Amino acid sequence: MAQPELEAQIDRWRSYVQRRQAISPADVDELEDHLREQIAERRATGLDEDEAFLVAIKRLGNLDAVSREFAREHSDRLWKQLVLLPESAHDDAGTPPWRELAVVLALAVGAGIAVKLGFTLFNNENAFARNIGLLVFPFLAGYFAWKRQLTLRVGAVLVVPFLALAIVLNVYPFVPGGSTEILAVLHAPVVLWMVVGLAYMGGRWRSDGRRMDFVRFTGEFAIYYVLIALGGAVLVGLTLGAFSLIGTDFEPVLGQWILPFAVPGALVVAAWLVEAKQNVVENIAPVLTRIFTPLTIVMLLALLGVIAAAGGLADVDRELLILMDAILILVLALLLYSISARDSLARPGLFDGLQLLLVVAAIAVDAVMLTAMLTRIAEFGFSPNKIAALGLNLLLLVHLVRAAWLTIGFLRGRRAFLQLETWQTRYLPVYGAWAAVVVMVFPPVFSFA
Amino acid sequence: MRIDKDLVAASATPLVLGILAEGDLYGYAILKRVGELSGGSMQWTDGMLYPLLHRLERLGYVDSSWGTSEAGRRRKHYAITPTGREALQERHQQWTVVADALRQVWHTAPRPPAVTEGWA
Repeated sequence: MAQPELEAQIDRWRSYVQRRQAISPADVDELEDHLREQIAERRATGLDEDEAFLVAIKRLGNLDAVSREFAREHSDRLWKQLVLLPESAHDDAGTPPWRELAVVLALAVGAGIAVKLGFTLFNNENAFARNIGLLVFPFLAGYFAWKRQLTLRVGAVLVVPFLALAIVLNVYPFVPGGSTEILAVLHAPVVLWMVVGLAYMGGRWRSDGRRMDFVRFTGEFAIYYVLIALGGAVLVGLTLGAFSLIGTDFEPVLGQWILPFAVPGALVVAAWLVEAKQNVVENIAPVLTRIFTPLTIVMLLALLGVIAAAGGLADVDRELLILMDAILILVLALLLYSISARDSLARPGLFDGLQLLLVVAAIAVDAVMLTAMLTRIAEFGFSPNKIAALGLNLLLLVHLVRAAWLTIGFLRGRRAFLQLETWQTRYLPVYGAWAAVVVMVFPPVFSFA
Repeated sequence: MRIDKDLVAASATPLVLGILAEGDLYGYAILKRVGELSGGSMQWTDGMLYPLLHRLERLGYVDSSWGTSEAGRRRKHYAITPTGREALQERHQQWTVVADALRQVWHTAPRPPAVTEGWA
């Protein structure tokens, strides 16, 4: 019996009810069965379709009250629960639910084996440090390649940077322990993370939306990884304590087997968790951003005050400059995550003003640092470390100044928020490019010192 | 005559359990049975039946299973459990006491003529 009108009405009702968090899809099925019975009975007494539908809806009761009643009975449903293995795959495209878990575990173990092999293969620590990223990140990229079902062409494009990095990092005759080697070790993961990003975006590299998704992913990934690491640390600590009290030396097993597998494996698992939860659980990075933006403003202002009181930064050492770079990167992350979570249609508010304050304070800190660096360079000449730091600071300065400019325009109602957002996503690859330059160009320019 | 909604709510659990004690049923049929038993004067908000059934299921008074209707739709059937029968027994005793007490009150107190109107 085809009743297109009625079916459409029931469909609309269904999707309306489904928006209630407390009412599960199975409950909606049950209610729909009820609704249809009621309609059929009304129709049998002579009402037409519309009337029968209206009566049935009315008798079902006020949806708010009903869903409140459901919520009282199923309060757990108001807490979003992460279901990693869906119980039945009937609404899936036929892939068994355990397949993804199997792929993830295989890749996690694969990353562990790669690291373990790397330990034995690279006989000196420096070579291992240069290659550690190359041992682990391909498995992460591999997970996304599988998840996004990348085409062969895209997959091939991804392999190129991995190969290029592998060649550069192992063929260049680095002076052991030299600055260019340390810089390469520090910057290679940035390049590799960008490659993971390419895999994450599944070939849609030019899409601003996908880039922003990768930014969101990065924040959540970092948080989940830290959470897993904390859990792991507690577990390891308890085990170590228990074993030492019993009188068994657990440390060799821990150092040689557990950590080499757990640390890289957790990377893949964290990526999977973030993928699985993205629609279900609220993003936590933007929440942290809200908390830490005002605190960071206070911290930056205090820092500027101390610097001003000390009369500038001219004679500071390298560690302080590195630390300040870290602070600026933190500011950048705060900026990025509050932008990533902001509704781009919302009007300018107090938080946007705070964000502007944060960025301006960061620009001031950056300006102080750049002055200090240029003074040092003028005094002592160039070195790979100084140029790398200078480059990063210039990049940060450009990023922050433009962001501040766009934020001012947005606060004054002259610009759309979207412009601020696209500025972030368009600019991010520059950091990857700079990291690639530091890894690939710096060593030959500075004769591998 | 409409029955006061607090009274409907209070009697809902024993009524549903009692109906299920007669045999397994699905939601709509339970409500129809309630209508028949009360001559149409106990009007439930249909949607409220389901949270109640889920609560009874959580308490272990009823079991549910998915089947299909004659039209081939998914349909959830409910059946009373032994625990549910015990609960029903207990409610039965409570209600008997209440009904007895009320009956004595009705006998001693003179019945006001207009009391049946405008109760609900």
